[in-house]
Amino acid sequence: MSAIEVRGLRRSYGQREVLHGLDFDVEPGEVFALLGPNGAGKTTTVEILEGYRERDGGRVTVLGEDPGVAGTGFRARIGIVLQSSAVYPSLTVSETLELFAGYYPRPRDPGEVVRLVGLEEERDARVRILSGGQLRRLDLGLALVGDPELLFLDEPTTGFDPAARRRAWDTILGLRELGKTVLLTTHYMEEAQRLADRLAILRDGRLVATGTPQELLSANGTVEIRFRRGGEDVVLRTDEPTRVLHELTREALAAGDELDELEVRRPTLEDVYLELTREEGT
Amino acid sequence: MRLLAHELRNQQRLFWRSRESAVFTFAMPLALLGLLGAVYGDREIDGVDGASYLLAGMLGYGIVATAFAGLAIHLVIRRESGVLKRVRGTPLPAAAYLAAVILSTLLVIALQTGAQLLIGRFAIGADLSVAGGGFAVAVLLGTLSFAALGLALTAAVRSGEGSSAVVTAVYLPMVFVSGAFFSVERLPGFLEAIAGVLPLTYLLEFLRGSLVDGEGIGSAWTPIGVLLLWAALGIAVALRTFRWEPRSA
Ligand SMILES: Nc1ncnc2c1ncn2[C@@H]1O[C@H](COP(=O)(O)OP(=O)(O)OP(=O)(O)O)[C@@H](O)[C@H]1O
Ligand SMILES: [Mg+2]
Repeated sequence: MSAIEVRGLRRSYGQREVLHGLDFDVEPGEVFALLGPNGAGKTTTVEILEGYRERDGGRVTVLGEDPGVAGTGFRARIGIVLQSSAVYPSLTVSETLELFAGYYPRPRDPGEVVRLVGLEEERDARVRILSGGQLRRLDLGLALVGDPELLFLDEPTTGFDPAARRRAWDTILGLRELGKTVLLTTHYMEEAQRLADRLAILRDGRLVATGTPQELLSANGTVEIRFRRGGEDVVLRTDEPTRVLHELTREALAAGDELDELEVRRPTLEDVYLELTREEGT
Repeated sequence: MRLLAHELRNQQRLFWRSRESAVFTFAMPLALLGLLGAVYGDREIDGVDGASYLLAGMLGYGIVATAFAGLAIHLVIRRESGVLKRVRGTPLPAAAYLAAVILSTLLVIALQTGAQLLIGRFAIGADLSVAGGGFAVAVLLGTLSFAALGLALTAAVRSGEGSSAVVTAVYLPMVFVSGAFFSVERLPGFLEAIAGVLPLTYLLEFLRGSLVDGEGIGSAWTPIGVLLLWAALGIAVALRTFRWEPRSA
């Protein structure tokens, strides 16, 4: 059974429909990334799966339950990083983690979680004085402290410095090793590429692509060959880079030309993402 | 039960760490009792000695400040900042959370009541004749009714910054009109009519009866009935309107 099953998911705010029927599955033990521009509907989708928001149509199953009606037993099995939320400013980092650990039947050791998210030095600092990135790390710690099977991470590393981000990636990869399932959203393509077993790209409330990073790259991945000739930029896209390059260089050699600024580029995930989420007419 | 105790400990810690609650909702009624008692304690108000009158008044004021105003303000701030939403995503049942909040309030009020009685009796010389059972019911019922109304009030406040102002605008006039600070014998007619339905008016009547005149529950059916009605109203509204997520989002 899939950890998450979504079929025909619809949601409107007032008259405006922002999710127009999503279908996807997340398998147990998989890290699944949901990508998409601002306002695409990522948070709406994730919060429906967490049980915070209602849906207007479609079927949603999370760990075998309908999150819209699931109770405390369900919430003991999931961990959540919300896109925006807060904790009590007057508690310290350790107190906050211990408080949340106490809500779960089989929590992790809060001291270990402090180390995991790199807040050892801030252990006894009040939440009030934490920096934005430190707060975000505490948030990640709170999602981990209940030792859940399934984690929802809505832009978990936004505001992290590069070192903290690497550490968070290691933590998330460590979760996968433990067999946990992770659904995350992110605007960082490198993060998606590093972490995700599979990903889905959302645009205006519709999925425009789903698959492994490799599948997305090959499906949309024509190689780009760029160079300058006669003062003009030339860009060629091809599925047969070897042949095209060979012909180009042979012609140039024969004519005694130089292919200025010659460059052969495989598209990155970011290129594919930008291509797939481009607004019509731009 | 374990969850409730865990959360109750947390709510107590939060209360005493917040300077606003420790000063304004806990120390303020005590300070006012000492102060007003020193000034008016020897006069006769409404046929009882001023110290006793003020003791009952400040007890009522303390209950409203803690269980109604303080509770509503804290919950609105937590809701708007996103704390309540975060808590709601854990296995802690919603009912356990709210029960812990209310029990924590009750604990604070019990402490305050003890301190008020000591000040009233020994510092300003209130002439008391206490009916223990009736008094305990008065404090308990008053706290629960105002806590229910406080929960209901949170829905009417839209922002964390505004919460203090809105809540004060509701409860301070009530405190005056109901006669916590001075006798309301001489109110204009329309205010007297308002005072006649306000829950604090009846809580004060109940407190004075059980504290000064030694009256048990038997002679307090009117205040008990009115407070229960207000409690029922508060619970009904809170059940329909209480929210865990920011309203401004
Ligand atoms: N509570 C709400 N009321 C009305 N409209 C909303 C609400 N929440 C979201 N929307 C709208 O729904 C759309 C999707 O929002 P959502 O927050 O799901 O996007 P997102 O993909 O998470 O964006 P971002 O990358 O900026 O976080 C947006 O157009 C947003 O304005
Ligand atoms: Mg979002």
